[in-house]
Formats: sequence, C-alpha cells, structure tokens
Amino acid sequence: MEEGNKIPKSASSRLCCRCNERKPALKRPKTLEQICRKCFYEVFEEEIHQVIVGNQLFKAGERVAIGASGGKDSTVLAYVMSELNRRHNYGLDLFLLSVDEGITGYRDDSLETVKRNEVQYGLPLKIVSYKELYGWTMDEIVKVIGLKNNCTFCGVFRRQALDRGAAYLKVDKLVTGHNADDIAETVLLNILRGDVARLSRCTSITTGEDGPIPRCKPFKYTYEKEIVMYAYFKKLDYFSTECIYSPNAYRGFAREFIKDLERIRPRAIVDIIKSGENFRISTSTKMPEQGTCERCGYISSQKWCKACVLLEGLNRGLPKLGIGRSRGLENGNGNRKDMEQNGDVRSIESKQCGSLDF
Amino acid sequence: MRCSESVGCPWSDVACCYWIYCSGGLELLCDSVKMHNVNVDLENGLEQLTMKDLLAWARTNLIKERPEMFMKGDTVRPGVLVLVNDCDWELSGQLDTTLQEKDVVVFISTLHGG
Repeated sequence: MEEGNKIPKSASSRLCCRCNERKPALKRPKTLEQICRKCFYEVFEEEIHQVIVGNQLFKAGERVAIGASGGKDSTVLAYVMSELNRRHNYGLDLFLLSVDEGITGYRDDSLETVKRNEVQYGLPLKIVSYKELYGWTMDEIVKVIGLKNNCTFCGVFRRQALDRGAAYLKVDKLVTGHNADDIAETVLLNILRGDVARLSRCTSITTGEDGPIPRCKPFKYTYEKEIVMYAYFKKLDYFSTECIYSPNAYRGFAREFIKDLERIRPRAIVDIIKSGENFRISTSTKMPEQGTCERCGYISSQKWCKACVLLEGLNRGLPKLGIGRSRGLENGNGNRKDMEQNGDVRSIESKQCGSLDF
Repeated sequence: MRCSESVGCPWSDVACCYWIYCSGGLELLCDSVKMHNVNVDLENGLEQLTMKDLLAWARTNLIKERPEMFMKGDTVRPGVLVLVNDCDWELSGQLDTTLQEKDVVVFISTLHGG
C-alpha cells in the first residue's frame, strides 16, 4: 500500500483489505496484504484447510499422530488440526507424539508444554525417548562426540523414534510442523551440500509413502512469521528456546540467509519452494536404491541404516563412524583410517549415491 | 533510566514511559525478565520518540548480553517480530513508527525450534 508524505502514527487511515471494517493488525509476508486479526485467523486456517484438501493429505477414519515438541510450530499445528478436524469433519483420530532426546534444560522444559497441550486440546500424548530406544541420551552422546555433528545424530535418531512411536500408537500417518521457512532452508541446504537425492525429495508435502509411516507437512506453505503471530494473538501456550547444541549447526547459515531474503522480498520463500518442486534430476544421475537395514529392518539405502551405523559407532567408541563423506573410495586410494581398524567398516560405509562429485 | 518488573507504572505522571515485552527467547537476553516498564529521555530537539530511538536505547539499556541476537545494524535482527500496541510495525513504518506514552512494544523472536 502506498505511503503518503505524512505517515500516520497508527494505521487508522487504512482498513483491513479483506473486510474493510477493522483496523489491520499485521502485514502478511506472503501477500503483503494488511489484514485485521479476525480476517487473519480466517485466511490462515482456510489456507491450511485448502492445502490439506488440495493435496489429499488425509482420509476419513485415519489415525494421525502430530509430532509435538512443545514449540511454536507443533503447538499451532495441534491447535489448527483439531480445530479443522472438528470444523470440516475430517473424521480423524488425532494424537500427540513427542520425542525426548534427553537434553537437559531444553527438552525437559518443552515436554512440560506438550503435557499442557495434551490437556488444553484434549489429544492423547505418547512420549518416546532416546534412552529407551537407543540406550543413549543426547547429553551422553555429545559428551562422547563433542559439539560438532550433534544434529546429525539427533536428526537421524529422531526420525526413527517418531516412526517407532507412530507404530506404537498404530497410526496411519504422521504430521509435522515444518513450515515454509524450514523447507526453503532445506532446499538451500541440499544445494549447498550437493545432495541431489535429498533435493528431489525435500519439497514433497508427503514423504515416506513407501516406508513404515507416511508423514506430511500441512504447514508447507505457511510462513513462520504468520505462525508466530497466530500463536501470539490467540495466546497459545508454547515453549521457545533454541536447543543448546544448535548454534553449531550448518542449517544456521541457510536460516540467516533466508531471513535476510525475507526482509528484502518476502515472496522469496515460497518462490524457493516452488523452484525446489520444479527441479528435475537427470536420469543418468545414480540415485540410492531403497532396501532395508540388515540389522534392524528399518528402511535404508545402504546395508545398515544410518541410525544403526551411528549407534555402532557410539557403542564401539568410534564416534566418527557414519559422519562425513567417504572420500577414499572415490579416488580409489582406499587409504582410510577406518578401514584399518576393522575390515567390516568398509562394507557399512559405502559411497553415498546421488551426491555431486566435484 | 531503569527497568522494572513491577506491573504498576511508577511514572504514571511522567510522559515518555513505555512497556516493552520480550518473548520467544529474547527475554533471556534481559536477565529472563519478560515485561519491562521503561522511561526514555528524549534527545534535544526531538518531539517524539521513534522506534529507531527506542531500539538504540534498548540495545544499551535493556539487553544485557549477546546484542547481535536482538539487533543487526540499526534495526532488529531478521527473524525478530515487532508489535506496537499489538499491531505489526510494518504497518506503521517500521523504524519510523512514532511512539506515544504508555505504548506497549512487543519483541518476539522466531529463531528457535518449532
């Protein structure tokens, strides 16, 4: 909207562009519209409903677990999902599923929030913990591996933990609160890392349909700013602290860049997602084939799934096992320290397919 | 200039007093205090306080550690939302937004896990 020479202190000279009755409360980054609170709730909820229906995310009668961490995205997701389920009669059985990684001062606090959400939204809650599933908490893992590559362990373990929890609850689908900003960051991250295989998958709204539990992201086109504003105006209860191990994560660089981009041109975020969706991978690129892990039966493109490789490393005191790329094989030198330690390692750590070789 | 945790405003007869509310993790930069009642002196020649002035003031007087998590240059770090009287500051001119006494400014950081 154009600004006059004298900018009024309040926006009282302009009205909500949708209802033309009320004073606008925010400027939507997606559309640059100035919109009042009530209209904002309506468009926010309606757009998510359209994403759910348009992409046929659910079928009536399905049991659906909501990945809940107690943070802003998952709290708003739980709220909106139960509201839309009721309003539009999706006919879904909703559950909250939470993962306890064992990070003191972070996860123990946010789990309290999820327990409150269970009561506030009336959704049954299941918590799975790394300690139970793997015998290690993140705090213990970090003590062994140091402050680098923590997110690799945590992310891999969490993915499996969610699947295990979902299997326990006997749900048909898992939903997570990944928002537009997250997905744009992931697209950038995969480009920066040259990970062609992941690049082709990361913008799909539903993933893992050929695996144990399909998972979908109803917030795929929802801006983080709008999620936070929604939660603020509706006074939703969420926990907001950065994981204590995250400052060293590579994703932080992508996030910084995306945020700077958003400031200059907010539509850049959905545009990046659109570009990500439009990538076509050349058929001559070798892509990983899907099989199952020999040790635990979980879905995997290598002999052992990543979680088993990482766990093996932890339990044997080889924290670097499964971390980083195996350069030796590409050059044919084969002089890698790991191979000297144990002949078995070579078969576990085969070359990662679908990665760009420079 | 003082920050106070008390809910009541100790300077009700003084102009230029504002409420600042920090959330989304920003409160950790202010000794974990969310609500602040502040009194900001206007510089000579200025009739009204703008958000730009308030931010500069906050950086010096409110933020006790890691100012780079709150501000980048003259403005807030990208990812920090600003509301003046529960309205997005993008509607009122961002840094040029002028403030009146008893206005409530809310800073919400979005830079954490969801």
